[in-house]
Order: sequence, then structure tokens, then C-alpha cells
Amino acid sequence: MNQLNATHAWLRRNLFSDAFSGTTTLLLLAGAAWWLPGLIDWMLLQAVFKPDAAACQAVNHAGACWGVVAEKYRVILFGRYPHAEQWRPLLATVLLLAVIAGSGLRLLNRRSLAAAWILALPAFFILMGGGRFGLTPVGSDLWGGLPLTLLLATTAMLMALPLAILVALGRQSGLPLLRGLCQLYVELVRGVPLISVLFLASFLFPIILPQGFTIDVLLRVQAGIVLFAAAYLSETIRGGLQAVPGGQHDAATALGLSRWQAMRWIILPQALRAVIPSMMNSAVSIFKDTSLVTVVSLYELTGSLSLALAGDAEWRSYYLEGYLFIGLIYWTGCYSMSRFSRTLEAGTGLLRPPVPSTA
Amino acid sequence: MPSQRWRDLAVQGLFAAGLLALLWWLLDVTATNMAERGIRSGFDFLNDPAGFTIGESLLPFDSADSTLWALAAGLANTLRVALPAILISTLLGTLVGLGRLSPNLLLRGLCAAYVETLRNVPLLLQLLAWYFVVTDLLPLASEALQLAPHVFLSKSGLSLPWLADGALFDLPLRGEMGISGGAAVTPEFLALLLGLSLYTAAYVAETVRAGILAVPRGQSDAALALGLTRVQLFRLVLLPQALRSIIPPLTNQQLSLTKNASLAVAIGYPDLVSVANTTLNQTGRAAECIALIMAVYLILSLLTAWLSAWLEQRSGRWAERS
Repeated sequence: MNQLNATHAWLRRNLFSDAFSGTTTLLLLAGAAWWLPGLIDWMLLQAVFKPDAAACQAVNHAGACWGVVAEKYRVILFGRYPHAEQWRPLLATVLLLAVIAGSGLRLLNRRSLAAAWILALPAFFILMGGGRFGLTPVGSDLWGGLPLTLLLATTAMLMALPLAILVALGRQSGLPLLRGLCQLYVELVRGVPLISVLFLASFLFPIILPQGFTIDVLLRVQAGIVLFAAAYLSETIRGGLQAVPGGQHDAATALGLSRWQAMRWIILPQALRAVIPSMMNSAVSIFKDTSLVTVVSLYELTGSLSLALAGDAEWRSYYLEGYLFIGLIYWTGCYSMSRFSRTLEAGTGLLRPPVPSTA
Repeated sequence: MPSQRWRDLAVQGLFAAGLLALLWWLLDVTATNMAERGIRSGFDFLNDPAGFTIGESLLPFDSADSTLWALAAGLANTLRVALPAILISTLLGTLVGLGRLSPNLLLRGLCAAYVETLRNVPLLLQLLAWYFVVTDLLPLASEALQLAPHVFLSKSGLSLPWLADGALFDLPLRGEMGISGGAAVTPEFLALLLGLSLYTAAYVAETVRAGILAVPRGQSDAALALGLTRVQLFRLVLLPQALRSIIPPLTNQQLSLTKNASLAVAIGYPDLVSVANTTLNQTGRAAECIALIMAVYLILSLLTAWLSAWLEQRSGRWAERS
């Protein structure tokens, strides 16, 4: 009886609190009854899971053709990387993901975390590029798919952060010239679309570099993404710097710390801690933005899907299933990052001010 | 502290000298490279005939027209898709944002699912998917879906009734050979409009939600105690106060939308960046074309910043009045 009352109260509160809410509930339920069976039918019941083009054709889009993923997953995930060597990008991806997850979940203490990163990045490049330890060399023009997406996003974040801190500090500098230049850089980059920066990297960088000094397109595009991301990150960090109370500065000076010591030990730690959620947002944006390098012909996840399907008449009509598949990969990455940032915001200790040490 | 001032000046002087030297060196290298590769520079190509056609254009354009006019047509196309997308995303985003604050669990959940799905998938992927759905999965024009009387949706795009030369409507009709009459919207435009609007709406929803949550709780309690209805509460109490914190991020998002319209290049809608890209490939004037794209977008950003400041001022006055 009591439970029945509780259920009744719960229904009233959440679904039928007033006439408007009640109508909404009924409308949404009717909509679900109308749409869901068809959706489940398409996604599961009538779907073809085997890599069988004839079976997919027979269903004629009444059910999803997940077979396209089963057939093409290696090209989608690893792009043009040589087929026999694809265990290398797989291992490299797992390694990088493990280090990222380990950092996020704080499974390692500070020192072993730094060691893990210092080992993981070169290991990633050696696995992908080869040429050492008896691995056949694979040129970066053949890198593609998920490892390329991860590489672009991770490197962008790692390189943009120090640059962004420098620019944010530059904007607070007492030197008008430095301040103006940093402001010019930030406003310029934030005012233009990423595509134009990528065009710049892919068409213009080769012309402005001295003869005989060529860097490959991957590096150029990576540099473009870093410069782009740093402008946005520096605005975030500037916000954090402004949020640190002025008294902190005065106290540091009173203790006899130099300007740089105060910045390094007092101001920056508090500023960065305060903007971790916004920095995570930037990380999500960077991760999503890496998909744009398709436009300058790098085959990361989005590009490698076209690589897998565009030239194949048998599977070309199942792009939607392919998009849903890589969409799910992107979604998983972005959603875990934003969840992670929310747990930090909820106060797991990282965002709390540090306990003043008595030593 | 005069010595400090002199030191600052000296540091800046050295810094400026170093920067100028670097710039000089880069320009010198660039000039040498361009001379060696036979690349010409300058903006004279803008007056030459474009030599390519544009798929669709608001401005009358022909391949014999100048390149400058082609770029103008591209800019007009950018605005043609961005302005309706701004309108749709603001309206839809506001509704979704309010939906996330609804006491109704189902509505709240639906709106949250919308935001979390759309925000966490790259816009480019969404655009490509929409474009594929429109051009591949929709029926042929001769078997177009009828959404409403005289509104047809097919592989060839969307056809709508439009004002005819006379005062009456020109109604699209479905025939054996496809659809005739009315105004037609291309699949590229449709995919871009849908993709941009739905994606940005998710961000607008979060902004609206945060803005309303930022209004102190006592305000709604007081309004409800005064006997205001929920609609009145939103219109007269919450929205005017929330607008002040909503407008700055909102204008930022709509500026992002306009910048994101440059992804049109991936699905072949002739926006400014697509046209500039075609020009770049035809003339080889990379620096000039990229500079033009950047300059136009910088001007748009400045205009938006100015508009945002003006709106903020106005919304402040509105809040005082109501």
C-alpha cells in the first residue's frame, strides 16, 4: 500500500505534475510507441550483421547493414596502413588510450604518470613509423584512422597547453608590445575558421620555409591545430589567472618570492586548477575538430571511412551505418571526457584549493 | 623606477628587432621560393574572369564574371545558410534548454539526450551523414515525399511554395519528370542548414539552461507566490534576467556557427571557403586566397562583437524596464 502510494507520488511529481506536463508525457509516449518499434526493427531485428553484401542488398535498407562495419573495419580504423602490419597501429592505439585513461582515472602517482607519458609517446611513434627494432618503416602518409585521430588530438592538447600558458602570461605582461602581440595572435586565430588555418598549414607552410627544408603534411597540419587550439586555451587560462584573488599575489611578494616564483608556485597552480572544466571542454572540441583534417587529405577516422567506402560500389550505399559506427567512437571519447570533467567539478579534490603546507 | 622603465623599453626594442628580423627572413625566403617556382603574387587575379561555375548562387553569377564577384557570391551563400541556421538554432536551442528544466521527467530526458548526442559527435560527421541521407536515402524527385500540401522532399532537395511574379503563390507540383514550380532548395543547402542548426542548437540549449539556472531561486519562488503562471514566470521574471548572462555566449556560438559554415567545402555547397578553395586551385594564389578568407571572417567577427555589445546594452535596459 505504502509502495503504491510512493509510486503514485513519484508519477505525479515527475510525469503528471500539471495538465501541461501530463499532455507532454502522453504525447512523448505516443511518439515513442510510433517510432521505437521501427527503430528497433531497423537497428536489430531486420539488420544484417554478417559481412554479406548480397544479404544487405536483399534487405534493401529496411534493416541496417552492420555488415559494412564487419567487412571494412580494418580500413575504417587504420586507413591505408599496410594490412599485414596493422597490429602495430592497434597496439599503438591501445597504448595511448591506456595512458590517457590511466591519467584520467589517476591510477598512477605523479612520477610514474610522467614516466608513462614519456615512454608512451616515443613508443607510439616507433610502432607507427617503424624503422627500428626490426619493424618495417611505414611513412606517415600511410598513417590513418583512429590512431591518427588520437595522435592529432593528444599532441594538440599536450603542445597547445604550454604555448597557451605563455600567451596568457604574455597578455598580462607589463610590456605593451608583448601584450599587444599576444592579443593580436589570440584575436586573429579565434576570428577565423579552423579550415582556413589548415589551408594555411597545407598550402602556405611549404612556401615560407627555406629550400631543402621540407616537413611532411602531417606535421604541418599538426602545427596548425596546435596554434589554433592554443589561442582558445589561452583565453580559458587567462580567465583562470584573473580569478586568482589579488591578495595571493601580494602575499607571495610579501614572503619575498620573485615574480616568476610567485607565478610558478602560487598563481598558476590555482589558475589552472580553477579552469580544468573549461580546459576539458577545449579538449573535447580539439578531439572533434581533428575530423577537419579530412579536408586537407589526411585520412583520420572520418577520412578513412570515405577511403573504405567511396571506391566500392558493393558497399557504397551503406555510408549511414559507417557514419553511425565512427560517430559512436567519437561520442564515446567526447562523452567520457565530459563525464570526467563533471566528476572533477563535483569536487573529487582536484579542484579544491591545495592544503597549505606548514613546512 | 626609471631604470626599470629603460630596461622594459630595451627588452621590447630587442624583442621587436628580433621579430622584424624573423619576418624579414621569412618574407625573403618566401620571395625566393616563389620566384624559383614561378608563382606570381598579387591580387590582380580578382579582376580576371573566374572561369568556373557555382552550383547555386543568390547573386547572379556566370563563369565569365570576375573572380571577385565569384567570392562575393560565395560570401552571399555563406550568409544565406548562416542566417536561417542562426534563427533556427536559437529557437530550437531555447526550447531544448527550457525542456531540460522541465518538471516532466520524459521531456527532461529527451532534451538531455538530444544535447549529449549532438554535442559529442563532430559537426563534419553530422554534415556528411545528413548529406548522405538527403542525396542517397530519400526517394527520387518523381516519387518525392509530400511533407505538407505542396511541400516536397526528395533526392533533389526541398521544394516549397514561393511568391510568384504575380501576387499569388507559385506552388510546386509533383510530376513524372520530377518537381516543377515553387522555390527549390538544393540537397547541399538542406544538409548544411540542418547540420548547422541542429548542432548549434545543442550548445544554445546549454547556454539557455545555464543562464536560467543562474537566476537566484528566490526569484521564481517569489513570482510563483505572487500568483504568476509558469509562462508568465519565464517571460516576465526569468528570461529578462537570464538574457544578460545568455547573450554573450550566445553570440559567440552563432559566430562559431558562421565559421562552421565553412565546412560546406566538404559537401560541395559553394560558400565563401569553397569558392576561395576553387580559386586557389585554379590560380595557385594560396596566400592571397587564404588571406581573403581570413579577412572576411575577421570582419564578421568584429561585427558580431559589436552587435553583441549593443544587444547586451539593450537587454540591460529591457531588464530595467520590466
